[in-house]
Amino acid sequence: MHRCGDGQNGHMTSQPVVSVRDLRKNYGTFTALDGVSFDIHRGETFALLGPNGAGKSTTIEILEGYRDRSGGSAIVLGVDPGKGGLDWKARLGIVLQSTGESGAVTVREQLTHFAGYYPNARDVDEVIAAVGLEDKQKTLIRKLSGGQRRRVDVALGIIGRPELLFLDEPTTGFDPEARRQFWQLIERLKSEGTTILLTTHYLDEAAQLGDRAGVIAGGKLIDIGRIDEIGGADARVPVVRWYQNGVLHEQRTTTPGAVVAALGEPEGLEVVRPSLEDIYLELVREHDAGDTRETRETRDGTDETDTADEAEGATA
Amino acid sequence: MTTISMTSPARTLRLGASRIVYEVRSYFRQGDTVFFTFLFPVVMLTIFSVAFSEQNFGTDNKSLTAAAFYLPGMLAAGLLLSGLQNLAVDIAGEKSDGTLKRFAGTPLPVLSYFIGKIGGAFVTAVLQAIVLLLVARFAFGVDLPTEPGNWLTFAWVFTLGVGTSAILGIALSALPRSGKSATAVIIPIALVLQFISGVYLAFSQLPEWLQNFASVFPLKWMAQGMRSVFLPNYFEAAEVSGEWNLAGVAIVTSIWLVAGLLVTRLTFRWIRKDS
Repeated sequence: MHRCGDGQNGHMTSQPVVSVRDLRKNYGTFTALDGVSFDIHRGETFALLGPNGAGKSTTIEILEGYRDRSGGSAIVLGVDPGKGGLDWKARLGIVLQSTGESGAVTVREQLTHFAGYYPNARDVDEVIAAVGLEDKQKTLIRKLSGGQRRRVDVALGIIGRPELLFLDEPTTGFDPEARRQFWQLIERLKSEGTTILLTTHYLDEAAQLGDRAGVIAGGKLIDIGRIDEIGGADARVPVVRWYQNGVLHEQRTTTPGAVVAALGEPEGLEVVRPSLEDIYLELVREHDAGDTRETRETRDGTDETDTADEAEGATA
Repeated sequence: MTTISMTSPARTLRLGASRIVYEVRSYFRQGDTVFFTFLFPVVMLTIFSVAFSEQNFGTDNKSLTAAAFYLPGMLAAGLLLSGLQNLAVDIAGEKSDGTLKRFAGTPLPVLSYFIGKIGGAFVTAVLQAIVLLLVARFAFGVDLPTEPGNWLTFAWVFTLGVGTSAILGIALSALPRSGKSATAVIIPIALVLQFISGVYLAFSQLPEWLQNFASVFPLKWMAQGMRSVFLPNYFEAAEVSGEWNLAGVAIVTSIWLVAGLLVTRLTFRWIRKDS
């Protein structure tokens, strides 16, 4: 699963590309990030998952150098992102969460122009083909659909051949075909050794692309691990489902074969392994349950998620 | 890895040149800016020339057409519109639509961005001046100066004027709270300046207190410099001090240039980081 670029001799043993320790961020009295720690290694794709307002974008924007942190440490490509200069930025690719600008330039003009910013840019034709915009390359960006503009964002993120690529909800507005095409593009970038930090609300996407994932909720990292380990072994226990006299039965078991064998041929029999989405939802639910109790004791029941949304929105 | 320095002056200039091409191309693709900043002085010159075609703007024994009388003012207005008005609105828009945030995440030097804005303003202002001069000469038969000295004065007043106007535009772009409100904030400022600085109304006919007030701002001086180039010499006596006072034009405009540079240096950020 984990791949390192073939030509990238021995980077696996070097220091992490991203190293975050006890990262904190306060907006006034509101705590958006409450001590987050993780590493991302070279060539790895790390998915940061979590509900809206949990602190994903705050984290990623601190690492991109867009926001100052309130506490803790962050090192990105060996540099404090709050102090990153042009040399540092030349090694990054950033796909922001929002596409706003209404460009009066064509797709090709925009990419050719941005390619000039980077010392070792990719070929413009190659990038246009990689995001599937060959037919639209001479169209003004403002005349593109939302999903097509998003593809221009992705193209601008990779044009500089970044060592580290930030993808903040990159496939919002993509149709299923475009999403599959995007996945192939990311697989290609991974095989070239690009390190990727991805946030997404599509858990199948995280499962498809990610090597490891961190789940963030209420400003805290509530779980971190390989995609196939998230949630722990218990969360992955298969469920056997069947109908008996029209009533649904479910049994969680580590020996589904034995359970099925004992059942014979009941109606609607299936053995289900929890998907990343099931596991994620369970994790967040558990966190919310714990958090609500905590909240009632300390904060007279203010809805934390909404406050977080406001804080992120206000500073975006 | 690369050995090219991201901060070398050659790279900054190369990207600045690339930005100028980008800015000019985008400028002419936006219909509203082409009308309100590029063609506006031409339209106004045409209106005044036609509306006052029967009037003599010279003296009892020397005639001067409305077109000839208004040409210097329109050239000065062009400097203000191409520089200050266009850039202040444009950059305020780029701030709120995420363009600057995108640049903040790339190795584009801020200086290259400024070179692009100022260079773009210079290119569009030159084209605008050419159109104005052609319309004045061939549509309204205005006699243009033949003395090289006049054109030399035109060259430095124009260059200093565009530079100052563009820098002030960058500085003023911090004023509007959003891209949407930018035109509502900036255009009235530019419009008031044009009315009190001798662009639309003869400066010598304004009350003295208003003349003094307008003399604080650079547009009055740019217009005066343009009058010295294009109006007959007997107009010199109509100036406030009774002379063209080109030294004053250079000094006041330069002070605003430096002030604009300082404000820009202190206030311009790609994005406003939260504290």
